[in-house]
Amino acid sequence: MTSTEQDPQPRSSRRVRGVGVVLIAVYGVLALAATGRSTVQIITGFDQAPIAYSLSALAAVVYILATIALIAPGAVWYRIALVTISFELLFVLVVGTLSVVDAELFPRNTVWSYYGIGYLFVPLVLPIFGLLWLRRQRRVAAAHIQGHTIAADTVSSPVPPTGV
Amino acid sequence: MIPWLAYVEIAVAAAAGLLAAVSGLLGRRPSDLTLGGAALVEVLLIAQIVVAIVAPFTGNSPTGNPLEFWVYLVSAALLPAAGIAWALVDRGRWSTVIVGIACLAVAIMLYRMLVIWTVQQA
Repeated sequence: MTSTEQDPQPRSSRRVRGVGVVLIAVYGVLALAATGRSTVQIITGFDQAPIAYSLSALAAVVYILATIALIAPGAVWYRIALVTISFELLFVLVVGTLSVVDAELFPRNTVWSYYGIGYLFVPLVLPIFGLLWLRRQRRVAAAHIQGHTIAADTVSSPVPPTGV
Repeated sequence: MIPWLAYVEIAVAAAAGLLAAVSGLLGRRPSDLTLGGAALVEVLLIAQIVVAIVAPFTGNSPTGNPLEFWVYLVSAALLPAAGIAWALVDRGRWSTVIVGIACLAVAIMLYRMLVIWTVQQA
């Protein structure tokens, strides 16, 4: 067994806290919605709009990955969260713009069409919050690593939610 | 889908969702009231599942794609249950917000279901 001598890992990896839980929940709902939509679209007729339907499937995969990456601890998952969420932001902007400029390109809607209007623009807003949150978490983690002996005593994390 | 029942479901889900979201943002932990609201939404969804199975036999069939309708309905039925389970495990204020978001998402999905059932375009 490896010894676990006071390394900052367990602290910095506790990314799931406070508002972050809400972020994860919304991501979970969006992942469910995107998966449902793409499943239906692909079963009922992939030929009708291959590009749009492939995008829907891609969106579903990305949202599922992002949800998992936000929950799972560690540096690797942090990077995956960063990549998937940046990817979402890029795609909602690109696909959103394309769907406005050239509707012919996407004869059927995707999660990202018209900047996610079918989902109350959540797909547009969520990655922005996600990236802001990830950045804040990195600062918190960095602060922990820098002075974690002091931080561990003084700025100890809030009381875990047990009862009352 | 029976329109008046669908409207009741949407209204209850929206009300329960707003109640939980607002109380969570005000710092309240999950309570009998907020979780009860979500439980009521869940009961209505189970009732809706029964209605959706029976209705076609009474001549009330969906005008839209039944598969799409059912994917929405089953997904919606998972949400309040998942929210309640979450709130029972983690009794923090943010869990109340999550329960609210789940119920609001159900309200939107119910509206989509009603559209699929009654006035399907394309």
